[in-house]
Parts: sequence; C-alpha cells; structure tokens
Amino acid sequence: MGRYVIRRLLQMIPVFFGTTLLIFLMVNVMGDPIAGLCGDRQCDPATAAQLRSEFGLDKPVWQQYLTYMGNVFTGDFGTAFNGQKVTELMATAFPITIRLTVIAIVFEIVIGISLGVVTGLRRGRPIDTTVLILTLVVISIPTFVTGLLLQLLLGVEWGVIKPSVSSEAPLNELLIPGLVVASVSLAYVTRLTRTSIAENARADYVRTAVAKGLPRRRVIIRHLLRNSLIPVVTFIGTDVGALMGGAIVTERIFNIHGVGYQLYQGILRQNSQTVVGFVTVLVLVFLAANLIVDLLYAVLDPRIRYA
Amino acid sequence: MRGATTVKWAACAVAVALAATACGGGDSGGGGGGADGIVSSSWGDPQNPLEPANTNEVQGGKVLDMIVRGLKKYDPKTGEATNMLAEKIESKDNQNFTITVKDGWTFSNGEKITAKSFVDAWNYGALLKNNQKNAYFFGYIDGYDKVHPETGTASATTLSGLKLVNDKTFTVKLTQKFSLWPDTLGYPAFAPLPKVFFTDHASWVSKPIGNGPYTIDKYAKGSSMNLRKWDDYPGDDKAQNGGIDLKVYTDNNTAYTDLTAGNLDLVDDVPASQLKNVKADLGDRYINTPAGIIQTLAFPFYDKQWNTPGAIKVRQGLSMAINRDQITNQIFQKTRTPASDWTSPVLGDDGGFKKGLCGKECTYNAAEAKKMIQDGGGIPGGQLKISYNADTGSHKEWVDAVCNSINKVMGNNKACVGAPVGTFADFRSQVSQQKLHGAWRAGWQMDYPLIQNFLQPVYYSNASSNDGKWNNKQFDGLINKANAESDKAKAVSTFQDAEKVMVQQMPVIPLWYQNGSAGYSENVTNVSLNQFSVPVYEQIKVK
Repeated sequence: MGRYVIRRLLQMIPVFFGTTLLIFLMVNVMGDPIAGLCGDRQCDPATAAQLRSEFGLDKPVWQQYLTYMGNVFTGDFGTAFNGQKVTELMATAFPITIRLTVIAIVFEIVIGISLGVVTGLRRGRPIDTTVLILTLVVISIPTFVTGLLLQLLLGVEWGVIKPSVSSEAPLNELLIPGLVVASVSLAYVTRLTRTSIAENARADYVRTAVAKGLPRRRVIIRHLLRNSLIPVVTFIGTDVGALMGGAIVTERIFNIHGVGYQLYQGILRQNSQTVVGFVTVLVLVFLAANLIVDLLYAVLDPRIRYA
Repeated sequence: MRGATTVKWAACAVAVALAATACGGGDSGGGGGGADGIVSSSWGDPQNPLEPANTNEVQGGKVLDMIVRGLKKYDPKTGEATNMLAEKIESKDNQNFTITVKDGWTFSNGEKITAKSFVDAWNYGALLKNNQKNAYFFGYIDGYDKVHPETGTASATTLSGLKLVNDKTFTVKLTQKFSLWPDTLGYPAFAPLPKVFFTDHASWVSKPIGNGPYTIDKYAKGSSMNLRKWDDYPGDDKAQNGGIDLKVYTDNNTAYTDLTAGNLDLVDDVPASQLKNVKADLGDRYINTPAGIIQTLAFPFYDKQWNTPGAIKVRQGLSMAINRDQITNQIFQKTRTPASDWTSPVLGDDGGFKKGLCGKECTYNAAEAKKMIQDGGGIPGGQLKISYNADTGSHKEWVDAVCNSINKVMGNNKACVGAPVGTFADFRSQVSQQKLHGAWRAGWQMDYPLIQNFLQPVYYSNASSNDGKWNNKQFDGLINKANAESDKAKAVSTFQDAEKVMVQQMPVIPLWYQNGSAGYSENVTNVSLNQFSVPVYEQIKVK
C-alpha cells in the first residue's frame, strides 16, 4: 500500500509540470495583455514597457515559465493586473468554490446514491422507469438552462431565493446553485449506482448473505452497496476537479465570485499570473482527488490493497 | 479489519459535515437595498489599482467620482466645467496659468487641502516609474518629456512647469497655447492627494481616502465596496442618501435579474439582450440618455492601399453604404443615435456638437455609395474585413449588420465580412501593433466634455489614440489654431473647421453616438446619468 501511494505521488510530478507548462504556453500565445489595460486607447510606450518588465513579460517565454515556477515553490503566485496578489484572489475564491463543490458532492452522494439504490432494487417497476426518465431529462438539458430557469422561477417569480449570491456566499444561498452544478453528475451517479446494484443483486455473495439470515438492511448496505460503489466512487472522485473548474457557467449566472469567475476574468484580461495560478491549484486538486479515489478502492475492496 | 473501515467511513462523513458547516459560518446579513438610505448599485471589477491617475475605465471612474473632487467639476446636466476647489484659474497668454485653491477644504481624514496636495499628486501621476496609465493627461505641462520620456528612464522627478507659489497658489506652464486647458481639470486624474498616499501607499490603495461627498467604509476587492455619506463634506453637492453599496456582478444579466427581483436598486448597464423587455419591466424607471461616446470604423493608413486619393472615395462610399437608422433601431433598440459628426450630442451646440456636419457623406444612399466605391477603384483587396473583439459588448451583431448593409449596396455577399478577435486585449494589441489591414471597430469615450477631446487625441498626427496613423497637415494646423484661440466660440468653430477636413478625407467613418442606459428600483428616485454615462450617485434619494 505504502509503495503504491509513493508511486502515485511520483507520477504526479510530471503531470503537474506538463499541465502548467501547457497552460502557460496557451495564455502566452494569446498575445500581449498590456494592450488591453489602457482601454480603447493605446498605452503610452514608456508605461507599457515599464508594465511589461514589471510583470516579466519582456523576457522569453521559457524564462518566464522558469521564474514563475521558481516563485510558485516559494508560495508566490505573482500579482494580478489590478495590483492584488494572486494568493489573495485564491484566498477569497477557493473557499467559496469549495463550499459550492462540497454542496454539489453531498447532493450527488445523498440524492444520487439513494435514488440509485432504490431504483436498482426495484428494477422495471414504475419508480425505476420514472427516475430513469427524469435523469434522462436532467442529462439532456444544459446546466445554464436549468440555472437560468431556477433563477427566474425561484428568484424572480416566487421570491424563494435571492437571484444572486452575495459576496460572502453563505451556505444557504449556495444550495440552489449547488444543486444546479450537481444536477448532471447527480443523474449519472443515480444511473451508475442503479446499474451496479441491479447487477450485484443477483451475485452469489448476496444470496449467501440472505441465506445466512442477515437483516435486509445489513445485506443491502454492507454487502450489496459496498461492492457496487467502486464505479460510483471513481466517477465522484474525478468529478470533484471537474466541478471546481467547470462551475464557470453556474458561477456567472448566480454571481458567485469563485474560481470560475476569477478564471474567466483572468482569461478575458489575459492575465497569465491569475490563470496559471488558479489552474495550477486546480491541477493539484484533480491529482489529489484521483489519489483519494484510488485509496478509497482499497477501503471498498481489500483485494486492491495487495496489488 | 471490518471495524477499522467502519470508523474510517464515519470519520469521512464527520469531516465532510464539519467542513460544510464550518465554511458556512459567514454572516448572511447585509444585502438588499433601502435600509438607512443606502442605495445598492451594480459594479464591475476595476481593471487597474484605484488611483486617480491610473483609472481609465468606467468602473474605477465611478468610485473616483464619489470620493474625489478636483479643481473643476462637470455639471452633470450640461457638462459645463465649473470651479470646485479652484477659487480662480488665470492666464494672460493661454500658456501660463495661475491657480488659486479655495480655503476650507480637507480630505476626509482631516488633512487640509493646499496647492501642494495638487502639485504632489500631479508630479506623481506624470512620473514614469509610477506606471500611471493616465500619465499623458499631464503631457501638456512643461517638463513632461523629462519625467516621462518615450523610452529609457526619467531624467527628472518633478514637472518643471509646476511651481508652488504659496499654500494656496501654484502656477502651471504649458508646452503650447491651450485656451480650454482649465476645463480639462475636472478629470479625476487631476485630483489632489493626501500625504498618506505617498507615505503609506499600500494602505491607501486598499482603502482610498479622498475629498468627495462619500468616504469608503469597506472595500472587498473584486466583490464589493460600501461607501458612506461624509457628513463634514464642505462642497455644495452633498450626498442626498446615506451611502452607496457597490456590488460586483459577474454578468450584467444577473444584475438586471436582481433589479427586477427587487434585490438591487440601480443597474447602470442594461444588457443588450434585455433592451426589448426593459420598457415592460421598468416603465419610467428606465433611463436612456446621450453619453459622450461615439463609435466609428477606423482604417489603417500605415497600409499603402488605404492611403491613396481613390481610397478617400471608397471610404466615403462605404460611409454612405451603411444604413445607420436601421441598425440603431433594430439592433440597439434606439440606445444609439446615428452619427453625423465626430463629436457627441452631450457637448451641446455651444460646445461644438453640430448635427449634420458630415452631410451627405454620412447619409445612407445606396446608389451613390456603390458609384463612389467603384469610382475610387473598389474596396482595397477586394473585400472589407471589419475586426472586432468578440468577448464583450454586442459587437458581432452590429458588425454583421454593417457588413450586410454594405453587401446589399454592392450586390455582393462577400464585399464585407466581420473578423472576430477572441479577447479585448488581443484585439487591442493587434490594433496597436498595426497588424490589421482592413477596417476595425473603434470608438471614443470622452475624458472631458470638450470638442478638443473628441478630435485631438484621436486624429491629430501621432496622437496617443490615432491608431490608424492618419495624418493631415491642414487638420493639424486647424487644431493648433483652435487651441491657441482665447475666445471659446471662435475656438469651437475652428475645431469644426478641422472636422470639415475629415468630411473630405473620411479617415474614420462615424457610426453612432452611444447612450447611457440605466434602470432603477421603486426604492429610489432622482436617478440620472451624467455625460460620462455614470450615475449621479450623490443626487439619488431613497424613499
């Protein structure tokens, strides 16, 4: 197990450098960011040159990348164009997005898995068919439609929620956006769980457990669900990273000043410091989530531990 | 082993629950306008640090408008520059000015405002090493080329044209005659700065201290700013409300939704997609007034094929091929007005706006347009490409409409095409590096309501925003003559003579004047926009 973890950690190093380099090159290819700073007029050449050297944009790209990575390891993610430290931006954006992601994941786990278990055990019954149709509907509607629709109905027409989230982004205001972010994944979790449960329900070990006279609840949770969760855990794990980076649309609709918003601003302003910084952290989150998924396999299925 | 895994699962669940509740500890209070006379208003994240000489866009400008006052102030209705902190500004030769500062003004931290507060602030704004993006505003002052050379490092740290006489008085020497120069002093870049700006710059930027009707109570960068009425404000434009809460929106559609849901009091940028509903949603609470913004099509004069006598006819023909009325009605829902000169209606007739100055060259005439373009040798390169940035605004819609109009006139579906550029920064860098060889969307938002500001910075040879590098001796000569004119009416008419040169040359095609559009809630009254399309915050009253 220990060797396995170490091997996984070592694998993360090239992935980390590769992705950050790619992002760095992509942002740089987009052109000169200083030109956009002066609005519809040209920056005067002296100020532009001065800004370029302040942000290190006058050096060759490879040198910019090396300096940048060197700084990152000392915890310095550079400065955004509005004079704020990127670490400061992260300190405000990440807690909000993490909160949103946690809500989304909780929705996925609680609603998704329960619906999956219920439908998986009642294959072919009306409830199974209904949930299947519902998940199909959710999957086929893009999130921005769901988001705008819920915002209009709940926020403007019925006044149940505020249409926009305030800048502190407290938990209760994030519930609906969280549901929107989770919606598509939630449907997939339901379907994955259902199939897995349905498949395993006829397995020998379940029959044995029932034959031993174990209570139904114990059979379902300890024997059936545990073995059926492996594909679901894989999905949820990889989804953590996807949710954090992919919340751009939802964050825009509900005015959430999280990671998506900062990334969007960074790309619009071609602020490589912001974009690369945030993506670097997102890459780390992705890698960590994948690692945790692999470790969870070992918890769910002891055979994997010895691999 | 079994037991151990159960514990792990439980621990996991507890951790998730703890994380969720711990994160949700923030107070959910605040928000919602109306309480205690506070107005909530939409805002965008300022692009640059908030410093008077470093703020060149509307979002940062809004804040400066509330927290700083300069020597002059533009009347929100007429745009006329009236003395604010200036007791008098005198000159005998339109080149050397003596400025006297009024008594009794202080910054909100109690520090007295003296002539030195201005001289220090202007020297700071002009100095190259301070990276101030509006430094060129000080370019008319003698010695600017020493503190802000075009390349290399500064050889002086202060402007030689600025001299302190005593506590109340300072003198300014300009590099050229400029009779309207005192009227430029209402621009925030010329605001005075307190000592703390220089001694503790970081703390000033995180919470700016000014001398306007409001003080900054709380500033959460990138998300919100709470401004409160400054009770001891000595000016006569005291705030009529308790304060303004600015809230950054990720999308102006969300701000508009918040307004219709009663969650926000003021939106000063109604999204284009909502213009159709705005009358039904807001009725009389929708404002659509002229602003000092003109949109144009610019051409590359560094490219030889656009700099020929024939190309003049082509540009005039193109201008006549654009159906401005139809586009402003259908695409902009009348939030733009067809342009017939190169200034803006906010200047007023006395200020130099002259409807119809451009004449038939800016009027839709399909038959003549086609003839002119063909007489001039056709569109250079056989096709007109109009570049625009696709990330913000609704540029795609109108560029396509303009092209459609030209294509119809030419009877050729490929005579004109739009050429989108991904981001504004990339678009601007292509423009400034002279990479474009077709036309591009251009525009000018005035810095101060003067006809000079609509012409000189944009069309004078090698001027800071003359991106197309057009140059014309006759035009330059008239501008110089107008600047030296001490009689305002004569100066204005000379500027208009310069505009007539533009009719003959058509260096850029005027398209339309842009209006400011805003909407407000039932909680507030007396809402208006000034000529810069910024709400006149201090006049808003809360019911």
